[in-house]
Amino acid sequence: MSQLSTRHLLGIKDLTPEDIQLILDTAANFKEVINRPIKKVPSLRDITIANVFFENSTRTRLSFELAEKRLSADVINFSSANSSVKKGETLVDTVNNILSMKVDMVVMRHSSPGAPHFLSRNVKANIVNAGDGTHEHPTQALLDSFSIREKLGDLAGKKVAIIGDILHSRVALSNIFCLQKMGAEVMVCGPITLLPKHIASLGVKVELDVKKALEWCDVANVLRIQLERQQIKYFPSLREYSLYYGINKKLLDQLDKEIVVMHPGPINRGVELSSDVADSDHSIILEQVQNGVAVRMAVLYLLAGVKG
Amino acid sequence: MQKRLVLDQKQIEIILRRFCHQLIENHDNFENTVLLGLQPRGTILLDQLAPILEEISGYKVPTGYLDATFHRDDFRRRDFPLKANETKIDFLVEGKKVILVDDVLYKGRSVRAAMDAMIAFGRPQKVELLVLVDRKLTRDYPIMPDYLGIRVNTLDSQYVVVEWAGQGQEQDAVWITEKVKS
Repeated sequence: MSQLSTRHLLGIKDLTPEDIQLILDTAANFKEVINRPIKKVPSLRDITIANVFFENSTRTRLSFELAEKRLSADVINFSSANSSVKKGETLVDTVNNILSMKVDMVVMRHSSPGAPHFLSRNVKANIVNAGDGTHEHPTQALLDSFSIREKLGDLAGKKVAIIGDILHSRVALSNIFCLQKMGAEVMVCGPITLLPKHIASLGVKVELDVKKALEWCDVANVLRIQLERQQIKYFPSLREYSLYYGINKKLLDQLDKEIVVMHPGPINRGVELSSDVADSDHSIILEQVQNGVAVRMAVLYLLAGVKG
Repeated sequence: MQKRLVLDQKQIEIILRRFCHQLIENHDNFENTVLLGLQPRGTILLDQLAPILEEISGYKVPTGYLDATFHRDDFRRRDFPLKANETKIDFLVEGKKVILVDDVLYKGRSVRAAMDAMIAFGRPQKVELLVLVDRKLTRDYPIMPDYLGIRVNTLDSQYVVVEWAGQGQEQDAVWITEKVKS
């Protein structure tokens, strides 16, 4: 099969393992494309894509824009900071106005969980979720899985520990769904205040001790402390968090194996990850960024390729 | 289902050897020549051809696999996109004489897409096309092979099937079959 079971990418939860496999395989083809002397293919030359960002983003937005341009799509960008949203326009009105300019796909980031799902029921275009609040960030999970597969050969049977602010992380939730669908074992690790109450019901292991988590895992996916989403204090200080949950070279040297360290960015150096780890051979953080473009090209290509 | 044998193992072997001699005639010592097999099935023909060429000429010619899926002109015109195959070219074609290798030449659209895809690896000095089977009178684009195995008369309602012994078949063979009506 070379067709996804869905016409939108709203979350990993809606994808089948075959969908994920198809996206990762197609991404491998696009990774070869973006390493050519001429990094562009003409597939999406008659497609217009709107990047609609109601929330701040650097990496994801650049990555999507680059993926779209590498596929020869026409791209328009929208950010809520200087838009009519400020004048009181609703989400559906904003997007329908953009779509009336003959836009075929919408890549959207929004601070409200479920916003892209709502939009997909109310507009005609294909919707790609680029992060909805604390809910899902599907393309990040896909690129994380792609990077692990590239580094370790396969996802099935691999042990992945997601360490840090699980409570506020859409990356964590999408990663849990994606890794489990591909047959990997998942553990979450962090201070008890930053772990969602019923997280174990998703079938993940829960660990409070970061040393034990590192001893268990093949891959450590370290997440950022999302201070901007924290209305109350979940731990006494960043210094204390760093002392108990920060990953540094000393911790990794104590292990009797090599593990892979990942981070979705942006890194708070010295908080969740020390510089000597972030810049070490353990880290595949910059590969993740490169793979992000290939994975997003695959998603856009597969969604756009279905006959209207 | 009706099935007609066009080439058998012996005939295919003779054609492959003829290809090699024709290539030697035109490319001398292959100093500046590369062979690109078109995915998915031209690569199988290339894998058959390359060792014979090395045996006869004594030169090891660089080979690669080229996939043109992302350059096809029927994207969004099919029900769903084709699955891409691996492109494996570890050299640039800049200034090179490129021989594109495919098993069957039908509408010419795949070859057009392949030439488009190839340009991403540089500007070749010259491009030639080698095909095992040319389906006469079915072309949509003005594309003709430089090296040809056999030319056959076919209808759009027919397939040309190329079977290789290394691909789970007993013998190398080329057949014409009727498309099954759904």
